[in-house]
Amino acid sequence: MIWETVIGLETHVELATRTKIFCGCSTSFGAPPNTHCCPVCTGMPGALPVLNRRAVLLAVRAGLALGCTVSRRCAFDRNNYFYPDLPKAYQISQLYLPLCRDGAVDIGGGKTIRIAELHLEEDAGKLVHDPWTEQSLADFNRCGVPLIEIVTRPDFSAAEEVIAYLEKLKLTLQYLGVSDCKIQEGSLRCDVNLSVRPAGSRELGTRTELKNLGSFKAIARAIDYEARRQIELLEEGRPVVQQTRRWDENKDATFPMRSKENAQDYRYFPDPDLPPLELEEAWLDSLAAAQPEMAWEKAARYQTQWGLSADDARTLTGRKPLADYFEAVVELGAPPRRAAGWVLGQLLAALGARGLEAEHIPLPPAALARLIHLVETGALNRNTAARVLEAVFDAGGDVDGYVAAHGLGQISDPAAVEEAARAALAANPKALADWRAGKGKAKGFLVGQVMARLQGRADPALVNRAVDALLEESK
Amino acid sequence: MEFYNLTALELAAALKKGEVSVAQAVQAARARMEARREDNAFLTPLSPAPESIDLDASPLAGVPMAYKDNICTRGVPTTCASRMLEGFVPPYDAAAAEHLTAAGAVCMGKLNMDEFAMGSTSETSCRGPVRNPWDPQRSAGGSSGGAAAAVAGGQVWYAIGSDTGGSIRQPAAHCGVTGMKPTYGAVSRYGLVAYASSLDQIGPIARSAADCAAVLDILRGRDRRDSTSVELPGGPLLDALTGRVKGLSIALPEQYLEDGLEGGVAAAVREAADTFRALGARVETVSLPALDWAVSAYYILACAQASSNLARFDGVTCGRRAPEGRDLAQLCAASRTQGFGREVKRRLLLGTFVLSHGYYDAYYKKALQAAALIKDGLNRTLEEYDLILSPVAPTAAPRLGESLSSPLEMYLSDLYTVPANLAGLPAVSFPCGLDGEGMPVGVQLMGRALEDAAVLNAAHAFQLATPWHKMHPEGGKRP
Amino acid sequence: MRMSEEMADYVAGLAMLELDGEERREMAGELEKILDYMAALDSLDTAHAPPPGPVLPLKNVLRPDEPAPSLPREELLACASARDGEYFLTPRAVE
Repeated sequence: MIWETVIGLETHVELATRTKIFCGCSTSFGAPPNTHCCPVCTGMPGALPVLNRRAVLLAVRAGLALGCTVSRRCAFDRNNYFYPDLPKAYQISQLYLPLCRDGAVDIGGGKTIRIAELHLEEDAGKLVHDPWTEQSLADFNRCGVPLIEIVTRPDFSAAEEVIAYLEKLKLTLQYLGVSDCKIQEGSLRCDVNLSVRPAGSRELGTRTELKNLGSFKAIARAIDYEARRQIELLEEGRPVVQQTRRWDENKDATFPMRSKENAQDYRYFPDPDLPPLELEEAWLDSLAAAQPEMAWEKAARYQTQWGLSADDARTLTGRKPLADYFEAVVELGAPPRRAAGWVLGQLLAALGARGLEAEHIPLPPAALARLIHLVETGALNRNTAARVLEAVFDAGGDVDGYVAAHGLGQISDPAAVEEAARAALAANPKALADWRAGKGKAKGFLVGQVMARLQGRADPALVNRAVDALLEESK
Repeated sequence: MEFYNLTALELAAALKKGEVSVAQAVQAARARMEARREDNAFLTPLSPAPESIDLDASPLAGVPMAYKDNICTRGVPTTCASRMLEGFVPPYDAAAAEHLTAAGAVCMGKLNMDEFAMGSTSETSCRGPVRNPWDPQRSAGGSSGGAAAAVAGGQVWYAIGSDTGGSIRQPAAHCGVTGMKPTYGAVSRYGLVAYASSLDQIGPIARSAADCAAVLDILRGRDRRDSTSVELPGGPLLDALTGRVKGLSIALPEQYLEDGLEGGVAAAVREAADTFRALGARVETVSLPALDWAVSAYYILACAQASSNLARFDGVTCGRRAPEGRDLAQLCAASRTQGFGREVKRRLLLGTFVLSHGYYDAYYKKALQAAALIKDGLNRTLEEYDLILSPVAPTAAPRLGESLSSPLEMYLSDLYTVPANLAGLPAVSFPCGLDGEGMPVGVQLMGRALEDAAVLNAAHAFQLATPWHKMHPEGGKRP
Repeated sequence: MRMSEEMADYVAGLAMLELDGEERREMAGELEKILDYMAALDSLDTAHAPPPGPVLPLKNVLRPDEPAPSLPREELLACASARDGEYFLTPRAVE
């Protein structure tokens, strides 16, 4: 039998606010445990939530970019369950009146994924198991970090489509400034709902939910594994059990997680602590009008406006910080195609060698722009410039200072220039003959030859003067 | 005259004039707390030594007072009269406590109550019941029983309570003092341990409507930390007390005077209506059928919200941890089972049930709709009338030990007070007589949202014309 | 509304409460009585009920995305049932 896989995604994305969704504690990642906590986010008695305006703004931006209808009126509900990473024992979320509904994401190849809804909610804390004491250690720094949950319809049929969707989602949200979408830091987390059915069937099979997917690679592998597992079960005539399964990276397999899956009864009800949101049409319109340029729009512009190749444009816009960096270099006067060459060449190589991400480029855009300028004006040749870039990359980017300190700049010793000029003339008797024959261009060639012998570092005026003097001498 | 016969405003005036020092007032309060220890009104008595009270800070600066023990006080245990919160010392003040401290309030301690404010008699406290200062065999009412008893017994001049379904007004009535539930949101709930978030409201219990106005002037104000808080419009409530009710129209819901109401209470309420007539108000009976659903709607909403609000007390991250427990779930269940008393458990079970899968629509959603209808009905009546007059409770204070055996009957006795919570309206309860056994009887006035001043003014007018609020349990019955 | 002991057990499980045999019977009985009384709500015509909502028509109560001080960790952990110097301690959470 031929089987087809049906997949839906629930993606949680942490919003790039400075403070938590319902209190003023910081959302920054990596702080010492339990130092970004207050009575509100740790659910201490009597504490009350107050909604962060920016969380709403970012969520609406995301909804608009994903083609959703933004609800004019929405509200918050409590999702009640006991777990030690949730100190209030309820999560404030949106069930009855979510912020956004009915979006769509074009993932290329003529395929569109429908978004069922996008809503705001709060994140839970983190538990670390201590093997020595058989206890768990709870860190509530992440409690109350704002999240959007984006729920798709079961529109995917393969892992590649899921990855394409996630890549697009990630780019979109990064470009919007909605989230940094770092899957390693957990700011983008994805649960997969998967079932299989005989090809052509209209009914959905029994689904399982896959969790603990820590990378795009893990997502793809887990989908492939789980689809195979379900197909094997069905082919053996055994049923698929509806359950939540955990992906085990080391074992390359999924394992059942919650034994009491059906005992989950979240008892949602409207949160009486939070009045509803009523969004003004005019505000939504102004937000829609102010949506930033998206990656694919930028890539198209790089090609038409600046003549970049499609590949270069796509690579540059593939990471917003890289595109921002590139544009900053161009803004500072570098010719776009040269700038693209440097960013995609030397700069990415330098980043790669250091294991750095594009948002952490230590070299200021102005330094690269200066370097390109020096090359363009012939003050440095390309190889020297590449050496300079490598040398100043982590050291503040003082290009001129480095060039001066290491004598890489113009050679201003007349004797050295004269020596090089003599050698160049001696090596190019034809050019000399041409000059004598009145071909003015030949002098330019000879100047270039002298420059080349001096690795482009000589003062052009000095070179000109030396060449003129020798030509005069040879008359 | 003993200090404890003064109202809070009278004591404050004496303090400002220098006739009495704050230390003397505190000493007098301590002496009364000692004398009335048997009432069991205090859970955590304090001996403040206030040295630098600015007597100009507010009209009540320097006056000793106390808080119901569900209002968080920084550095002072806040237990909600529950074993679950034994040892909990909040690192923050409730907004109400911040306001009062800034106003020069002198805190004498934390007051007994029904556990987590769940009860109508202050008998569900893990520290034993509050006794009514008028008769130690009777309940002081609840859940703010400690607050009402402390004020009635002259231990403090005013107290801060909370009212979710009548928890300020009913004990005030049972103890012969005045209690005010402000418009929902008028006082920040920040730092009030939540029972039912959409119904909870902090308010004063004192010896007169004027005292309540002075306290509410301190408590009121929009708080950035409470999304449901609002600013009461207008100037100081105290300045709005003209004492005139001439020309006001007052509605008296007819079903409130029918079955279930004890004879002595009915008579006292009718007499109160006559007093308002004599003062120049028009009092008419009206029909308000939606009120029949109030108790059901109230208990569904309150218990459901409580089941969520109290879920955080699991002995794991918050609340007293049970000494044993094999695993996480067991430890959590053991902590809750040992930490909560029976009434709390009953309400948590009821509240969990009405939210559980398959029952939400039939119960919780229906109750929300019923509440909306009740609010609508009350608001319509209040378009036609300025105020609604009603009993506070069907009987005077019940005898201790009589109420808990039948939870449903206890719940039904809240029928007069819960509508104000469901509709968020301001309501004041004040003494209007004594029943045949010499126990105080209270009457309630409910007004339009945000018009707390009108409600307090009408009660003030009544108190200018009658002696009931001046009765003291030790000072004989009818003066 | 019949409240069976099984139902009482299910609800107690959700509420994280343990009921022993006696208590389960009694609680189930009490809840049944209360729910019977509440069943009267069924007869309330809510077809024309105004939409439920907060008491006052509040909406869009928001705060700016500005940091406020967190609680010092010692004060935060002092409220915990069990703690070490850095963390809240809980029995081992499965999963």
